[in-house]
Amino acid sequence: MTLQSILSGQGLMFLFFAAAAIASGLLVVILQNPLRAALSLVINLFSVAGLYLSLNAYFLATVQVIVYAGAIMVLFLFVIMLLNMGQANMHTSYRGVRTVAAFASAIGLGGLMSAVAIKGQAAVMLPAETMVSGSTAGSVEGVGKVLYNPSLPWLFAFEWTSFLLLVAVIGAVVLAGKRQQSSEGKA
Amino acid sequence: MSELINSPIWRDLFVNSADNIPWYAEFVRSLLRFVIALAGGLGSVPILVWLERRLLGFWQGRLGPNRVGPFGLLQPMADALKLMMKEDITPTNVDKALYYLAPAIALVPVICSLTVLPWNSSSDWGAVAPHLNVGILFLLAVASIEVYGVILAGWSSNNKYSLLGGLRASSQVISYELGMGLSIIAVLLMTGTLAMQELVHSQTIATNVPIPDSSYSIWTQSVSAGFWNWNIFKLFPFGLVAAVVYMISMIAETNRAPFDLPEAETELVAGFHTEYTSFKFAMFFMGEYANMMIVSAICVTLFLGGYTAPWGILGQLPASWAFFPPSVLNFANHVVIAPLWLFAKLYTLISFFILVRASQPRLRYDMLMHFGWKVLLPTALANVVLIAISLALQQLFGGIGHLIAVAIGGVVVSIVLWVAYLHWKARKSGDEASRLPIRRESVVRAIAARMPVED
Repeated sequence: MTLQSILSGQGLMFLFFAAAAIASGLLVVILQNPLRAALSLVINLFSVAGLYLSLNAYFLATVQVIVYAGAIMVLFLFVIMLLNMGQANMHTSYRGVRTVAAFASAIGLGGLMSAVAIKGQAAVMLPAETMVSGSTAGSVEGVGKVLYNPSLPWLFAFEWTSFLLLVAVIGAVVLAGKRQQSSEGKA
Repeated sequence: MSELINSPIWRDLFVNSADNIPWYAEFVRSLLRFVIALAGGLGSVPILVWLERRLLGFWQGRLGPNRVGPFGLLQPMADALKLMMKEDITPTNVDKALYYLAPAIALVPVICSLTVLPWNSSSDWGAVAPHLNVGILFLLAVASIEVYGVILAGWSSNNKYSLLGGLRASSQVISYELGMGLSIIAVLLMTGTLAMQELVHSQTIATNVPIPDSSYSIWTQSVSAGFWNWNIFKLFPFGLVAAVVYMISMIAETNRAPFDLPEAETELVAGFHTEYTSFKFAMFFMGEYANMMIVSAICVTLFLGGYTAPWGILGQLPASWAFFPPSVLNFANHVVIAPLWLFAKLYTLISFFILVRASQPRLRYDMLMHFGWKVLLPTALANVVLIAISLALQQLFGGIGHLIAVAIGGVVVSIVLWVAYLHWKARKSGDEASRLPIRRESVVRAIAARMPVED
């Protein structure tokens, strides 16, 4: 990136949201209080949505907020509140898992960084009107036309993801139903 | 005067189209639009509070506040003043940062959602962000983060009533958000657009009546084609079902009676804001009422034709008023008549919700969850599927396609009702184990059965 492109409006937006994403991501790991860590994760998700916005992907940005910040993280907070994990009392028994996770993420981050370094340029900016299949990239029409185009590979992955979610839903129902039956049998 | 109007700065600020104005003019315009939206949105809160208390009084056979100012109109001001003058108490052992942050988090998304609500059809001045083409998704995103304020307030207060209120509120909002989202998707299917102004346009006939010499000339002026084109009457039963689902989930989202379990006084003191006093409580209060106004405004925009009149002529000043130049007439149509219709519909709808609050008892918690997940969500989902079927069949067969979809819907509904009836009958005849451990028999009737009847 040249200095000029950094100092443009888009570049400043990128810098702001990238810094916020990194800072809040670090806070997720560092903070002891689970609720505060979860809130940092919310801020992180918002900054990533901001990055999508600076790439002109309005649809992706709003969906990111609706799904992750609005639904999944609310569920996280709900569980944290329900279990009343206000105090930091859960950092003892996971040392082995932590080491593995740390190594895995270090390898992933290193791979990403080296890819950017080899390629020489990260795709932080998109020209305003990139066209995909006759529609603006990042708009609802653009995403839809690419995602549901049978000649492109993404339709298959999309349908299988929805199938996977369906399996997960049915699995959750079966597990919950079993527990209810057994508790009724005890009573 | 004419020198001012013809000066380049004035033209940049108010006249030229938004495509070719300098950045400072765009900035000033954005600021002005935001001030207009704030005045309309937050300025309505005291009126709303007054209206609610007076109407509740009327329906409950009492007077309501009528002492401060004419008809008690200044009562909300007096209340706000009282709240601000009160001592601000912070309980010990609260999570300070989150405790202070929560009221702000409750209020900010509400103000954010003001940005996409259109109040007239001008593409430069019709909303704070009239060019955002994912307006509805933005609204859904903002609505989905509103619950954080409640959760944080409940958790950080270090009070079990607050925590229970926060838990109830978050589970309720998550559950009813799904019905809300699906009813909005139904509207998207019917209109095929995500931009708020285009949504209103799709419920009208757009005629190109440009207003000369002003920035209003860009967008076509939308003239109402009659209320039967509103989304609530589109694809007949389906639009109505979507509207009803939206309205029910909207009451649940704003935690109002009969869905006001998060702040049920008899069980939870005051729910998540039990520990809040003074200005912080005022912020929760303001957020709640502003939210009620905004979800109603969204309902008007999505289903009831937004800022357009129910009948074409009512939306315009008569062109025969020759003593005004046509530009003035058109300007008045945009700036006065269109927002007036928006507010008229808005307050009618809100009065209806106040009537609901005045007349309906509070739900039990398990009823609330059962209704949300087992009635509202399947209804909304089936509605979306039926709308899609209807649209697809209409492409194949024309108008008859819609009738086929309605017939399919009727068959499905009658099968579901029949199965539900059989289920209910089976449960009623014995099968005590599947019952909830609640006494179903009416207490009054049980007592009456034991008492001798005296004539």
